[in-house]
Amino acid sequence: MNSAAVWRSRTGAWTRKVDDMANKPILKEVLRDRGVSRRGFMRYCATLTSLMALPAAMAPRVAQALEGAPRPSVIWLSFQECTGCTESITRSSAPTLEDLIFNAVSLDYHHTLQAASGHAAEAAREAAMKAQDGKYLLIVDGSIPLGNPGFSTIAGISNEDMLRDAAKGAAAVIAVGTCAAYGGLPMADPNPTGAVPVSHIVTDKPVVNIPGCPPIAAVMTGVLAHFLTFQKLPDLDEAGRPVVFYGDTIHDRCYRRPFYNQGLFAEGFDDEGARKGWCLFKVGCKGPVTRNACATIKWNGGVSFPIQSGHGCIGCSQPDFWDAGSLYTAVASPTADITPVAGIAAAAGIGAGVAVAALNLQAKKKAAAESTPVTVQELGGKQ
Amino acid sequence: MTEPGMDLLMWARGTGFQIAIGVFLFGVALRLVEIFALGRKADVAPAKGDAVSGGFRTIFSRFVPAPGFAALLPVQVIGGTLFHFGLLFIVFFFIPHIAVIKDTFGLSWPGISSAVINALTVVTFAILVVLLVVRLRHPVRRYLSDFQDYLIWVLTVLPLVTGYMAFNAVGPYIPMLATHVLSAELLIALIPFTRLTHAFTWVSSRYYNGAFAGRKGTSS
Repeated sequence: MNSAAVWRSRTGAWTRKVDDMANKPILKEVLRDRGVSRRGFMRYCATLTSLMALPAAMAPRVAQALEGAPRPSVIWLSFQECTGCTESITRSSAPTLEDLIFNAVSLDYHHTLQAASGHAAEAAREAAMKAQDGKYLLIVDGSIPLGNPGFSTIAGISNEDMLRDAAKGAAAVIAVGTCAAYGGLPMADPNPTGAVPVSHIVTDKPVVNIPGCPPIAAVMTGVLAHFLTFQKLPDLDEAGRPVVFYGDTIHDRCYRRPFYNQGLFAEGFDDEGARKGWCLFKVGCKGPVTRNACATIKWNGGVSFPIQSGHGCIGCSQPDFWDAGSLYTAVASPTADITPVAGIAAAAGIGAGVAVAALNLQAKKKAAAESTPVTVQELGGKQ
Repeated sequence: MTEPGMDLLMWARGTGFQIAIGVFLFGVALRLVEIFALGRKADVAPAKGDAVSGGFRTIFSRFVPAPGFAALLPVQVIGGTLFHFGLLFIVFFFIPHIAVIKDTFGLSWPGISSAVINALTVVTFAILVVLLVVRLRHPVRRYLSDFQDYLIWVLTVLPLVTGYMAFNAVGPYIPMLATHVLSAELLIALIPFTRLTHAFTWVSSRYYNGAFAGRKGTSS
């Protein structure tokens, strides 16, 4: 049973009263109901503790905090997006402990996952916002079009209006995915919808960016776990990302890094270097300029990540990655065509050279014309 | 909100690179036309030797210092030679540099180990520092040096230092890579307008001197 199905079966109809949410069982009870052993739970807490770069001794505290954590209300808004972020967080494969942690929050609105639709769905969102005013977590995926409100609406409400309204009563805002964090594909040149990231609209509250196309499920749940454990958001870097997950570049943590240091590179995707697993820098890997946890946490339950599968990192968690040149060009290589510039510059140089040469020639002729022979007498000599 | 240094790096890879190459090619074309248009006075004396062979010989013979010169100025001769070869290997045989050249001009050749290039960078930088100290400590050399001598020292050293820092993750990678690319572009753009012009005139100027002497039947 996938998480969406779990969600629907657990919550039943969406028509229940939001006020009842406060009476939802805490995580400890949820885990017990799901048959998760104490050992399994402690293992998960240790993993989370490690993911959050906390000392191992903190694991019991994380467990204690998670066990007694109240279930915060979460409102998830989806704007100009492809639902890949939702796919990522819900399709996390077995073991589904991360999934459980996700279920441990009270997801009160998510128009892909909820059973309700139409007015009932919007009523649930409004009720949750009212009942949990100032306390709920607002998660957003997708960018917001400012070019025309009609480009993207939900129940006739423009994305911008819905975000502004929902952000007012939020304890914190989490922008999930590169579109919400940095504008992503919709904001790529020429940005036809006038798309902007969440942080462009929400400026009076902390906005946590969890970029990635999509982000790693464990990173999303890790941020939620941090919030549950410490009742505050994790430390963020200059680009609004949790330092614990985005502190290093893919290149810093890549298992192929020694090949880069040795100067052993794949020249293509099927040459000897590729078969030997050498560094993919020359075929355009964006690992050196991409901050994410793919090389350490990996995907599909830690099975692999793009570089391990033989393809370079495309830098999907970076701002403006769609406009950062070809995915298959080395990170330091020029992105612009220099041919026209080179032609014009060389022609202009030759022209300027000819002009300077003409001036030189003129000066030479003038000097020759004006020169008069110096006699020995003029030099003070005697004949 | 963007990644620190990313905008700068993208500018350096795009517009910055176009400007640098444009200024460089403009300058090279200007210099070459200007130099060759100066012409040479007709030598009416009968030739005592062959100008062409003298010219070609000198292109290579100048790699060897004049007799006694190395003993007189060992630091400059040995250091000067080594740092030129260091730069040659670092610029043209570091594999990411070859990737840039391949993506720009379509030309490619085998590179050498990044670890070797890394070590060469340290050695080359150390030699450049020693040469600067020698220049500064000697009153006559200091007197003969002008602003441009120090400018081209800085222009040469900046890409070395920033490249080393970027490769070895000293400081944040993206701003460091952006600084490295920009410093290399500054160097490229100013080559034709400083004494670094010798980077593309050394062959023709050696030939000129060699041919001049060769025609007179002397060596150069």
